[in-house]
Amino acid sequence: MMLNSGRIPVSGRRVQLMATCLCDAFHDDVAAATVQVLEHLGCDVAFPEGQTCCGQPAFNGGDWAASRRVVRHTVRTFSGSDPVVVPSGSCAAMLFHGAALEFEHEGDLGEVEGLGRRTWELCDFIVNGLGVSSWPGRFDSAVALHRSCHTRGTASGEAAATLLGSIAGVSLVEFGEAEQCCGFGGTFSVGFPNISAAMGDLKLDHVRAARPDVLVSGDTGCLMHLSGLAAREGIKVRTMHLAQVLRDALGRPA
Amino acid sequence: MRTQPIDQVAAGLAPETKAAVYEGSKIGHEKRTKLLFDHYGDPDRLRTLAGEIKQHVVENLDTYLPAVEASLVANGVRVHWAATAEAACEAVHSILKARGARKLVKAKTMVSEEIELEGYLKARGIEALETDLGEFIVQLDHDHPSHIIKPIIHKNRRQIAELFERNGLGAYDDEPGMITQRARQFLRHKYLEADAGLTGANFVVAESGRLVIVTNEGNSRFCLAATRCHIALVGIEKILPRDRDLALFLNLLARSGTAQQLTVYNEFILGPRAPGQPDGPEEMHVVFVDNGRTEVLATECRDILRCIRCGACLNVCPVYRQAGGHAYRSVYPGPVGAVLSPLLLGKRFPEKADLPKASSLCGACNEVCPVNIPIPDLLLRLRDKAHVEGVKSPGTPPMGAWAILATQPVAWKAALLGGRLLNHLPTGLIPIPALRAWESKRDLPPWRGGEFRKWLKMRRKQPGKGQSPPD
Repeated sequence: MMLNSGRIPVSGRRVQLMATCLCDAFHDDVAAATVQVLEHLGCDVAFPEGQTCCGQPAFNGGDWAASRRVVRHTVRTFSGSDPVVVPSGSCAAMLFHGAALEFEHEGDLGEVEGLGRRTWELCDFIVNGLGVSSWPGRFDSAVALHRSCHTRGTASGEAAATLLGSIAGVSLVEFGEAEQCCGFGGTFSVGFPNISAAMGDLKLDHVRAARPDVLVSGDTGCLMHLSGLAAREGIKVRTMHLAQVLRDALGRPA
Repeated sequence: MRTQPIDQVAAGLAPETKAAVYEGSKIGHEKRTKLLFDHYGDPDRLRTLAGEIKQHVVENLDTYLPAVEASLVANGVRVHWAATAEAACEAVHSILKARGARKLVKAKTMVSEEIELEGYLKARGIEALETDLGEFIVQLDHDHPSHIIKPIIHKNRRQIAELFERNGLGAYDDEPGMITQRARQFLRHKYLEADAGLTGANFVVAESGRLVIVTNEGNSRFCLAATRCHIALVGIEKILPRDRDLALFLNLLARSGTAQQLTVYNEFILGPRAPGQPDGPEEMHVVFVDNGRTEVLATECRDILRCIRCGACLNVCPVYRQAGGHAYRSVYPGPVGAVLSPLLLGKRFPEKADLPKASSLCGACNEVCPVNIPIPDLLLRLRDKAHVEGVKSPGTPPMGAWAILATQPVAWKAALLGGRLLNHLPTGLIPIPALRAWESKRDLPPWRGGEFRKWLKMRRKQPGKGQSPPD
């Protein structure tokens, strides 16, 4: 069951980058890596300066009226017909699934759905949008891939595994209870800190048992939660965003 | 910022209880997944089909309810309609009173928990004894079920052996075989003494009036074998259109609920004992219970009425695994309960408006649901409902200020730069409650607001420079 079926096929190489609020505030290198990856693919990357956030915090927090205001701003900011690429399964799902839900009784549902149909998570865009399924360069690491929950019901999880698996030097390592959530969940992480942290600890235990060199995910939120927990608890776990792995691989001969 | 009630329960849960719930639900989930995917090439297609059939029933209840009544009546069953929990209890009581019945043996039914039947009957001098092993243990311990199909998932065998010893069912012995044998010995006599048997129903078929009950202990069969009156309590959403739908639903229910190909005992009941049949109850009643369901039908959360009570969403839910079922303060816990329980309260919705927030929205519940209920979407709808109705619950950061920033790019950019102050503040002094709550468990990465935009501008000025932003 694909949540994001009915998308507009990609034609041409002009894209708009949605950097995400977490990259805007904390993880600038993930956004930079996304630019470099897209440019490597020959994309002409536009960055609409007025962008802020996809609207998900208020959507998940239950304040749909506030969320709709932010989504409307996002729809205006990413106008036109070029695909919108976002280095986050979570923000992408907000735009192609969540926003449609909170706009179902609104007059501008059509515009919101229109943006959703041209919004792509980064790996999904590379593999299913551009049709690129192998990645050049080299990345000598055992990689644990955390498929963030917002990739359920989308093609992003498989796309990420396909790309990672194609990089010379990468070995993907499996870990236990991989289908379980890391415990981030946006506002959930602050309303339910005990459960959230317990979920994160389980994830860290499983990942560490598999002894990867690096824990990789396509969602900054999951990584921020897991690395923040590990740092607080004095656990050493190296985390990287998928975009950073793809970018770093490019610099090294295969 | 105060944390949510369920989070507080999880934090205070005894390690022994947490371990029992976690292991029980994890094993249940893993066995289910293996069985479904071993047997079916594309179980998602089955889930989708079952969801469509159940949604069709839910959206056409106005025709299916009279149809099922007609079929049941034609089979010699007496049909009762109960709009409320109270009315359902009264219906059961009046049937029992008319027969002068004092002792009732019960098979497992969540609806009887929902309408609090046991207490109602007890106050009127009627004993209602649970015969499902888990429910029997719950009853003996004056406890509540903490899982839809595994009511004692929160107990371990030591606790059960101690309970049996305290209640005179034999000296301490925590061998599961011995526990079962002792319960069985105790219950055998009760079946023979009982005046009536009460069950639920997993499905009622509209075209035939066939009542379907599945158990793994055969206790519902015992409840009906020796008694002369059978009462079935059935939620009005339990209808299936055709007998042939049972093939799909029985296969999905057993695999999703208990990771079995088929539940051990499947009873197909077509009415009371017919002339010439050697045994079975001579009188059969079906009490259809609404108790808030038609109100749910009127909402955009009506999909939740597809639920066939398999418990798969509880087993896979990371929040349920950490908090256990009692944390939900409801007969129906876990993801399905977080939707259904507040809705069934009708106007008293605010009492449980915090439940839909007890989810990271990970979507695992939807992925395992045999009738493909979009539980995360329904949880989100209820969060919005709570907000629109002005229900306050702790642990939800206010979003107004954020929405103002996120709709005004100039203010947003200023906040990105201003946020750097966070890097110089000790945790306790961070002026944003949500960030303080974050910091209660995790480090916050350094604030680097505006760095990406600066990097991009530099890069655009010097084409060909692919360097990373400065640290």
